[in-house]
This record gives sequence, structure tokens and C-alpha cells, in this order.
Amino acid sequence: MTVVAMDRVSLALAGRTILASVSLSIGTGDFIGLLGANGAGKTTLLRAILGMVPVTGGSLTVFGQPPRRGHAAIGYMPQGRANLPETRLKGWDYVAATVQGQRIGLPLYGAALRKKVDAALGLVEAQALARRPLAELSGGERQRLLLAQALVDEPKLLLLDEPLLNLDPGQQRRVVALVKHLHEELRVPVVFSSHELNPLLGAISRVLYLGHGEAAIGAVDDVITGPVLSRLYNAPIEVHRVGTRIFVMSGNVEVERDAHRHEHEDGHHHGHDHHA
Amino acid sequence: MPTAMNTKMATIMGMTIMLELDFMRSAFMAAAAVALIAGPVGYFLVLRGQTFAGHALAHVGFTGATGAVLLGLPPLAGLMALTVVAGLGMGLFGARLANRDIAIGMVLALSLGFGLLFLHYFKSSATQASALLFGNILAITAQTLSVLVVISALCLALLLAISRPLLLASLQPDLAEAKGVSLAGLSTLFMVVVALATAATSQIVGVLLVFALMVGPGATALRLSTSVMAGLFVAAGLALVEAWAGLALAYFTDWPVSFWITALAVAFYATSAVLARRPGHG
Repeated sequence: MTVVAMDRVSLALAGRTILASVSLSIGTGDFIGLLGANGAGKTTLLRAILGMVPVTGGSLTVFGQPPRRGHAAIGYMPQGRANLPETRLKGWDYVAATVQGQRIGLPLYGAALRKKVDAALGLVEAQALARRPLAELSGGERQRLLLAQALVDEPKLLLLDEPLLNLDPGQQRRVVALVKHLHEELRVPVVFSSHELNPLLGAISRVLYLGHGEAAIGAVDDVITGPVLSRLYNAPIEVHRVGTRIFVMSGNVEVERDAHRHEHEDGHHHGHDHHA
Repeated sequence: MPTAMNTKMATIMGMTIMLELDFMRSAFMAAAAVALIAGPVGYFLVLRGQTFAGHALAHVGFTGATGAVLLGLPPLAGLMALTVVAGLGMGLFGARLANRDIAIGMVLALSLGFGLLFLHYFKSSATQASALLFGNILAITAQTLSVLVVISALCLALLLAISRPLLLASLQPDLAEAKGVSLAGLSTLFMVVVALATAATSQIVGVLLVFALMVGPGATALRLSTSVMAGLFVAAGLALVEAWAGLALAYFTDWPVSFWITALAVAFYATSAVLARRPGHG
């Protein structure tokens, strides 16, 4: 069954074309790795599915309908932007605040909502984390809470924006394994954006690679090839395989590693990919 | 022990006399009305990282108050009008103003400059300028008291009504937007509440010291409480304690009320910072 269908979809942000006439469909069994350089439009595509960015051409449907904000069937984990003041606010309250947080009134949580929050925290094994103050948690731990938040309303589609950002390799492996487990256990399709392909290998069913307004979707072996990526990067790209790992090289520069370093230099404004 | 007994008796008698004075009773009531809104507003200002914007609003209020005096209008009316206009502006252009400390600082300085110019033309007394800058809660009239009660009730009702989406928008703006919250609308509404609360608070401690009674309790509450509702109650409670204790201390020492309120606000904040740094606690 099709969850997201894109037919010659174009997306633009501040007059700049992000995607031009892209067609693809995402099904119920999919675990899609969404890849591409900074500014390639990974976040913009996710935001279009969420109804936050208007489609400038073609047709985009989510669950057979035009995208709209506040769709309860979509679990969304935004890029972690930690700008928290010194506070002893607990992780549990952080997750609870996101649940039906759009409603008018006081941040009071009834028994039904508490149960849902506890269940979601259980799914990501973060019950213990949730009892600790938010300010004491590491980036990776906060991301677990953000993931729990995305699961609270029993979503039929999970959109995860850069869950691996600023995590060490061990944490990255754990996050990917956890998402894979949730994908299989809850039978929920996942779109997982990332700078790096290697941590996702073995977990994803297909890869969606964005670059220069174009997109390529398919099995890793069909998309991560010299010709396809050269088109997306608009530059000669070579793909090298070492064991189970894949290195995407432009000349003698590793493309992903470069993107990642760039992200670190800009640590205080991860927002830029989000606006581009 | 007769001496201790006498001191205690004297204190109780002193308190009784203090509360029999009309101007002290008005001051206590005004302080309570303002504290109950200043604390919770401060909590959200700190959570959202907008404390500097709140500070700037108070300064803009000074221009409004002195301008009103120049035009022969009540200072509080001018103060409220200009803080609300500035609050609306900050809300509407919030995204573009974010992290623009220098721009906000320049507006803040210019506001005080204009206030000074208006006072210069009005040939106003130093007392009036000092009252606007540092507060004059002991001279509060019955009319001002009722205006403060109305503003506070209005602000509190509005803040509590939007507190849930405001919390989400403060912690996770992207998520709030995805869930259909209008970030610009919410931020504008909140800044109007901040503007009104700032106008009310400046009646107690003056435009220069609004920061202490608004941001002090909010920041302290954030450090002490583990849940949001508890934090809002602690912020309101702390602001009330600081304002009332400040009034009582001023009565007994004859030092200015605003001095005591700011001293208490800083003392509470510093204590919470020390508590939070304690090993195994923070």
C-alpha cells in the first residue's frame, strides 16, 4: 500500500528550486534512508510531507490526501536543536509537552495521556532517562526522548530528521538498530534522513538520494553508483566498497565525511539545512 | 526571656501598624497582583530565551510614560500603549529579531534617550523621573491599583490559555509547527502578554528593575522545579514573596522598596544556582 505518493513534485524555498519534478512512492513496508548533501532538500522534503512547505508543482499525497499539518498518523522527529536554559525539567515532561501540545489550555496531563507517554518511553527503553532532568542528558539521550515523542500517537508513518547528527559511532549503531526494531515490531514505514550512508546499511530497504533538484530512489546497489551520484552531485563521483562499507568519493574527498565536518563547524546553526 | 518576648511583641505590633496604613495596604495588594503575573511570564521568557526582549520592553515603556506626561496623559496609559506596540512588533518580527542583541540594545538605549528628552521638555521634577525609573509603589493610588488588578487578571488568563502550545513552541518549535501551531501568532500573543505584564511590573519596581521581579523568579523556578505546572506556581510564589518581603523590609529599614525586591530576587536566584551545582543534584 502506498503511504506517500509523489508525481512530478517540485518544491521551492525562498524562490530557490529544491526539488524539480520528482516522482516516487513510499509504501507501508519501506524503511527509506534519505540522503544528500547539506541543502539538498532532505528537511524540505520531510516538511512538505508534513504540510509545512507548499508544493510548487505536481501532486503530493500522504495517505491518499494532500498533506496537512497536524496529521495524527505521522510521527515526526525534528532535527535536535538544543537551546535549553538551565532547568531541572524532567525528560518525561519534555515528552508529555509534545503530546497534543497544540491544544489550548494548561500543560496538565490526564491518566490516558500519561499511559501513552509511558508506553512510548517503553518502546525506546527510555523510562529511566525520562526521570532525569533534561539538562543532564546527552544529545543522544535527548534524541531517544524525541523518538519516543514521535511514537506516542501510534503513527502510521515515521519521519526522522537526522537522528544520527552529533552522535558517536556506538550511539549511531544503537539508534539505527532501535529504529529498525520499531519498524519491524510496529510495522510502521520509516523515512530516516542522514548525512552518512554506512550506519544505515543493513537496516534500510531503499535509499532516496537527493541532489541538485533531482532524486534517485531504489536499492542501495542501484542508487549508490558512480553514474547516478555524479548526476546528483553534478560532479564526477566514484563509489568504492571496502568490505560492507561504501565510500562515496569526489576526487580524493569523501563526500559524506566532508558534509559531516561542515555540520560540526556550524554546530550552533544546524538550522541552515532546515531552511535550505 | 523577657527581652526576646518584647522584641517579638514589638515586631508583631510593628506589623499590625504597617498593615493599618492605607498606603501600605494598597502597596501589598498591588505587589500581589503584579507578582502573580510577573513570575509566570518570567518563567516563559527564560524558557524561550527572550529575557533581553522583556528587558527592552520596559525601557520602551519609559518613553511611553514620559511622552504621555508631555501630552498631559496618565503615564501608565502611555507606558502600556508603547510596550504593547513594541511587543506586537517583537512578536511579528520575532524570527528576524532572534539573537539580534545589538539591535534590541540600540532600541533600548534610544528609548531611554527619548524618555530623557521628553522629561527635559516637560521640565519634570527629578522625583517623577526617579519614580518611573525605579518605581514608587508606596504612592500607588486606588485607581492605579484597580487598573493593575485588571491587567494582571487579563494577562494571567491569556497566559494560562496559551501555556500548553507556548510550552511546545518553546521546547520544540519545529514540532509545534508540524502539529499546526502558528508560531508567529503564538509568539505575538505572548509578547502582548509580556508587554502588559512589563507595564504592570514597572509600576512596582520601575522600568529599570523589571528584570529582577520578572526574570529573577522565573529563572529561579526553572532551576528548582521538575515539571512545568510546578514551575509556574513556584515562579508566582517567589515573585509574591520577594515583593511582599521587600515591602515589609522597606517599611522597617526605611530603605527603598525596589532595592529590597531586587536584592531578594538576586539572593533567591544565587541560592538556586548554588543548590543546582551541588554534587549529585545538578
